[in-house]
Amino acid sequence: MSVDQATVRRIAHLARIAVSDEEVPHLQNELNAMLAFVEELSAVDVEGVEPMTSVIPMKMVWRKDAVTDHAGASTVVGNAPVSEDHFFTVPKVVE
Amino acid sequence: MNAAAKPSKLIKGATGDWEIVIGMEIHAQVTSQSKLFSGASTEFGGDPNDHVSLVDAAMPGMLPVINEECIKQAVRTGLGLKAQINLRSTFDRKNYFYPDLPQGYQISQFKSPIVGEGVVIVDVTPTEQITVGVERLHLEQDAGKSLHDQSPTDSFVDLNRSGVALMEIVSKPDMHSADEAKAYVSKLRTILRYLGTCDGNMEQGSLRADVNVSVRRPGEPLGTRCEIKNVNSIRFIGQAIEVEARRQIGIIEDGGKIDQETRLFDPGRGETRSMRSKEEAHDYRYFPDPDLLPLEFDQTFVDDLARGLPELPDEKKARFMRDYGLPAYDAGVLVMERASADFYEEIAKGRDAKAAANWVINELFGRLNKEGLDITASPVSAAQLGAIVDLIGEGTISGKIAKDLFEIVWMERGADPRALVEERGMKQVTDTGAIEAAVDEIIAANPDKVEQAKAKPTMLGWFVGQVMKQTGGKANPQSVNDLLKRKLGI
Amino acid sequence: MTDVTRLTLAEARDALQSKKLSATELTQAHLSAIEKARALNAYIVETPDQALAMAKASDEKLAKGQGGPLEGIPLGIKDLYATKGVHTQSCSHILDGFKPAYESTVTSQLWRDGAVMLGKLNMDEFAMGSSNETSYYGPVASPWLPKGRDGAWARQQLAGDKKGLLVPGGSSGGSAAAVAAHLCLGATASDTGGSIRQPAAFTGTVGIKPTYGRCSRWGMVAFASSLDQAGPIARTVRDCAIMLRSMAGHDPKDATSIDAPVPNYEESLGRSIKGKKIGIPKEYRVEGMSAEIEKLWSDGIAFLKAAGAEIVDISLPHTKTALPAYYIVAPAEASSNLARYDGVRYGLRVPGKDISDMYEKTRRAGFGSEVRRRIMIGTYVLSAGYYDAYYVRAQKIRTLIKRDFELAYAQGIDAILTPATPSAAFGIGEKGSADPVEMYLNDVFTVTVNMAGLPGIAVPAGLSADGLPLGLQLIGRPFDEETLFSIAGVIEEAAGRTVLPQAWW
Ligand SMILES: [Mg+2]
Ligand SMILES: [Zn+2]
Repeated sequence: MSVDQATVRRIAHLARIAVSDEEVPHLQNELNAMLAFVEELSAVDVEGVEPMTSVIPMKMVWRKDAVTDHAGASTVVGNAPVSEDHFFTVPKVVE
Repeated sequence: MNAAAKPSKLIKGATGDWEIVIGMEIHAQVTSQSKLFSGASTEFGGDPNDHVSLVDAAMPGMLPVINEECIKQAVRTGLGLKAQINLRSTFDRKNYFYPDLPQGYQISQFKSPIVGEGVVIVDVTPTEQITVGVERLHLEQDAGKSLHDQSPTDSFVDLNRSGVALMEIVSKPDMHSADEAKAYVSKLRTILRYLGTCDGNMEQGSLRADVNVSVRRPGEPLGTRCEIKNVNSIRFIGQAIEVEARRQIGIIEDGGKIDQETRLFDPGRGETRSMRSKEEAHDYRYFPDPDLLPLEFDQTFVDDLARGLPELPDEKKARFMRDYGLPAYDAGVLVMERASADFYEEIAKGRDAKAAANWVINELFGRLNKEGLDITASPVSAAQLGAIVDLIGEGTISGKIAKDLFEIVWMERGADPRALVEERGMKQVTDTGAIEAAVDEIIAANPDKVEQAKAKPTMLGWFVGQVMKQTGGKANPQSVNDLLKRKLGI
Repeated sequence: MTDVTRLTLAEARDALQSKKLSATELTQAHLSAIEKARALNAYIVETPDQALAMAKASDEKLAKGQGGPLEGIPLGIKDLYATKGVHTQSCSHILDGFKPAYESTVTSQLWRDGAVMLGKLNMDEFAMGSSNETSYYGPVASPWLPKGRDGAWARQQLAGDKKGLLVPGGSSGGSAAAVAAHLCLGATASDTGGSIRQPAAFTGTVGIKPTYGRCSRWGMVAFASSLDQAGPIARTVRDCAIMLRSMAGHDPKDATSIDAPVPNYEESLGRSIKGKKIGIPKEYRVEGMSAEIEKLWSDGIAFLKAAGAEIVDISLPHTKTALPAYYIVAPAEASSNLARYDGVRYGLRVPGKDISDMYEKTRRAGFGSEVRRRIMIGTYVLSAGYYDAYYVRAQKIRTLIKRDFELAYAQGIDAILTPATPSAAFGIGEKGSADPVEMYLNDVFTVTVNMAGLPGIAVPAGLSADGLPLGLQLIGRPFDEETLFSIAGVIEEAAGRTVLPQAWW
């Protein structure tokens, strides 16, 4: 399989990464090189094989239901590039 | 689910009849102390970003660890919905960008949910029941909250809700009217409250409905549906369905086509409108969350939870009808809330169960409704109301006096009804001598009425009223009746 | 004592315990060495004040005889470990200015045991790379010099764009270079597809990737969650064993962390390997394998035979599918793990006309080209219509890869011996600029181990024709790191410890 330029743009948008017009052909080549590299997998017989869900068999640990974590609002927003009154702020979202 | 449409459910368009098809996704907040994957508090409210752990804020390197109580609550709920419990389920990531979704993905159960198919028996009216299928129930994280009205240029993001456990309960498209949909949500909420797995508080957003609405000509295949997001009251669910169905019928009858889209109900304007922000081509790129192993437990775990379940409303209703001889309507009303049912049972035990039901439903519920009070905040306790029912049963007070007594007990919290009757001389007069004196007095004072009564026996009521007035309502109505009939010769 | 930075971690520990050396003295010596080696670009942040304060505290403990197993040992920390209040960016611009309010489990266990933090080490951005050239902070120069080059030439290159100098490997390039250049006694590293073992092999150092679940991932900036594992790089097998004991252990904050006791790995050194069955997988004899790698491998076989091990030819038929499958699974997980870098809660933010524009500009500016490429491919393979063909298939292939190993171990194989890398270190700027896949091939021998969640250790075993270090890899049974340490110790002893370069920088 290979990607066309429209797909490159669609994927870039899904991933929220800006791409300029000039970058698109280059990215297209790189992605196609990677896809060509993984192409050989389509020849592997995977009939009846379960996809891996956990590489080491173990039982998932469950937490007790208790309030054990309270970072505090100033810590939570402490690294924010912009914040106001302990809220994170972002360009206005229209719903 | 292509049973023939019931004619009563059809709605009239300009060009003929239409059937509405409704399916619902209910997001019910799991009752738990801490969040699904973090130890932060689930408490409602709080200062912005205060009930947030570093996991909820998706700080680099933070990892989710599942809360066992949320697993139990989902299983309990599944059992309450008579649903398939899956001993192995998995968590998937639903990837999309949104400012109140800090990880850039929601941890949900897409491919294998913890609970599979189940059913909800819904009482649409006291006499009409429908069965709504449950497609699945899965656990997932709630998102944070964005406030859009704090500034002209910015949205404000608060992550206090981020990571709170939700159960998404997906129904089958088994509902065909706003009333059915409302009754379904109401019944589901009752079940969740009985189970104690969700508080069902719609104002606080503990229970939210996404309503899928489509219309079709009776017998035709399903039409294109629109999803009305996040409707937050049962009344609005009904309104949203009505207006959305009307909108769709209008479009189709005008030769148009319905676009599958997400819409928002605006209760102020009484209309639904397209949510453009959600309309971008979605590609959620679901895949199993590699930070979490599959969720596995054994049947013993499920059985233990099943043993701990309370009696659920349907079973309770059946038992009330069977053991207390109540009509379906009364039993249905009483079991709507577990607290009401318990209240009722406390009164009904060892008493006239039907009388107890009347008092609870008519007097108590009526009064509570008027005051906007919950049964748990009732000023009249079950013991007090029981005493009132006893006093009537023994013939100590009349039904009419009982109502006055109820009012006094309501106002003077904690008062003992029996003592009140004693103190305030509210006892029914059964002494025939005293009643006879009053009867004689009335007859003597109203010779014209006596004549009339002989010709028209329905006048008896007037005499009864006079006697009751004379005795301050305390006379035994049966004795008054008997005496009057005898003395008037009718 | 002359130059205490030449000590091994174990030697320094013993000197500290016997009070022949103070932690302050040892730390100061390393801080001075780091200062002189800045041009190598191994450390991106130095924390001398913190280091000296920690050393002072260690000296007090040592004086009272209360020192922990790593008391007073100066270490370098890969930038992907969250260190409280200290620069933690996984060497990405997108985490610009990020200082976490928390300490990773692995580093907190090192501090618990008395270790001293010297600073944060360079790495490929988000651990995506095999040469440390994708770092936002620029490449790291290996202390090893290309054949025929002298210190004067090398210093000139260091002052310029470093072209022609050697890469230390990646992604833990800063860790490997710092250890090889004696800028710490050991370093934390992490391995998703070979990022501990390949740089260790390139720099003549020892690196172990433990079994998946052995070390907590909590507080490590995630790359690919199902593959990432913490581990140490140090100058000897013993030093790695000492460090891993402190780094490993169950963490209730990581649902994929195993609840099992941590052995005293150091005790496995010197254990006889007589009768151990060593598997030699034929599929690792790849087409076009250089003669020097062939020789290295047969030398390794000879060392183990001489120590009484039994050599068994085995087959791991799905070996060649591991690398392409990895380049589906790892980018897919990464595309999701890196979605949180959106300019809202921390790090870089580039303003935009609306929220989407802000996201796109921030992520364009914040991620380097390799990271953007992997996010793109990961997004693609998860997207509608491609998920089954790529991601699900790759996860099925992972099951097959793991099954290959299980069958080998079921035959009684104790460990598997392979080369660690297909070649010795290459020059900065030499690979991958035209075709990203060229760089990926570096991990061809290591990546299978991550795909199967197994432990793997890289140990220096000889030099290339150009005089550069070459490493062998041992792959173990799940949670049997002890056997790996025993066998690696035998190779280390037989090959003779690699003589690391003298400071030319
Ligand atoms: Mg939904
Ligand atoms: Zn949902």
